[in-house]
Amino acid sequence: MSTTGAPSSTEADPQAATLAVIAGVLGEGNVNPSRFGDNLRVFVPAGRLFEVLSALKASGFDWLIELGGTDYLGYPGPARASRFEVHYVLKNSATRERIILKAGVDDPDPSLPSAYPLWPGADWMEREVFDMYGIRFEGHPDLRRILMPEGFAAFPLRKDYPLRGRGERHNFPRLTRGET
Amino acid sequence: MAVGVGSDPTAVPRRPAPGVGTSLSVEPAGKLEMPENTLITTIDAVVNYCRKYSLWPMPFATACCGIELMAVGASRFDIARFGAEVMRFSPRQCDLLIVAGRVTMKMLPVLQRIWMQMPEPKWSISMGACASTGGVFDTYAVVQGVDRFIPIDAYIPGCPPRPEQILRSLMDMQEKIQKGGTLNGRNGLPELLERERFIDEKRRAPIGYATSLERGDEDRFGYRIPGGPGQLGPEESR
Repeated sequence: MSTTGAPSSTEADPQAATLAVIAGVLGEGNVNPSRFGDNLRVFVPAGRLFEVLSALKASGFDWLIELGGTDYLGYPGPARASRFEVHYVLKNSATRERIILKAGVDDPDPSLPSAYPLWPGADWMEREVFDMYGIRFEGHPDLRRILMPEGFAAFPLRKDYPLRGRGERHNFPRLTRGET
Repeated sequence: MAVGVGSDPTAVPRRPAPGVGTSLSVEPAGKLEMPENTLITTIDAVVNYCRKYSLWPMPFATACCGIELMAVGASRFDIARFGAEVMRFSPRQCDLLIVAGRVTMKMLPVLQRIWMQMPEPKWSISMGACASTGGVFDTYAVVQGVDRFIPIDAYIPGCPPRPEQILRSLMDMQEKIQKGGTLNGRNGLPELLERERFIDEKRRAPIGYATSLERGDEDRFGYRIPGGPGQLGPEESR
């Protein structure tokens, strides 16, 4: 893994223009991309996330491939700035270039701006992240649970949620033959 | 062959034999004489005999067990040999519920509604490891055995069971229906009454305590239940 600094230092970098777009929002020197294989990953502060997404969409990234979440509670390795991370995988369908943005949010009441105004395909993906991690996406038109039942109270992919649940799977009425 | 009627006043008069030595019926002395081509039984037995050869299964297939269930319905195994080939996807037309596959906590209210929509008399089979115990899916979202929440008459082990096992359980089911069914069919099978009492006791238990018994063995693989394996709080058992 190699780390590149300002885009001017990597003239042969095919993604330098993309990094320049992000630097135009965050400012020179605030962009610290990392690479793994051919993945280009940029960590964006949550407050500037929507600006960066908007700038990237204006520069040609017209496809939100994936939006997902991670809970780093108890994760081994160097300490992270925030407990949750949400990643956005964007693709420029004209140049076939792709970039991964990450934004960190923390307890309590983690929330991020919704990407729905930019890519309507973010609708169900943000609902799923909300369902599993409880991360609210401000500006989402219909932020309901998508997989778990409506009455479910917990966020099951959080690391402090027990694998076997808190008894939700046992709490149903018991039908006997006499009354059915 | 000359058997006197005399001593038993309830016995019917003996029909005259068509000829000496040609009667095929041999009656013990003093017993009721049966005419030829006649049998005596109960209405329950006749009704059960009719019911057990015309089961209408309701396939509640949610996973790979459903594929095996389809194989049973196909020509190679041919569930029609047992009179249960008419699978209807409306519970109101069925009397045998086959729960095939894992049932999640989102699906269980649907299963309960389907069971309640089926007309009496009705029976149920829990097919496969997942429907019977939860199987390998020991997670927050999967019900650990549907028999906790609906009455189950027969269980099929296997993951998934072979079609022969399904036919075997169908034959067991027929035997149970013949032995245990009654005319109105509302009581279910006699061996289920014990479990019905068990479930009824749990329903009368105070809130939280009824589920804590079932959670008591959840640390059997070394998993520590938060708050200990004891009684659940009321906010967790609503």
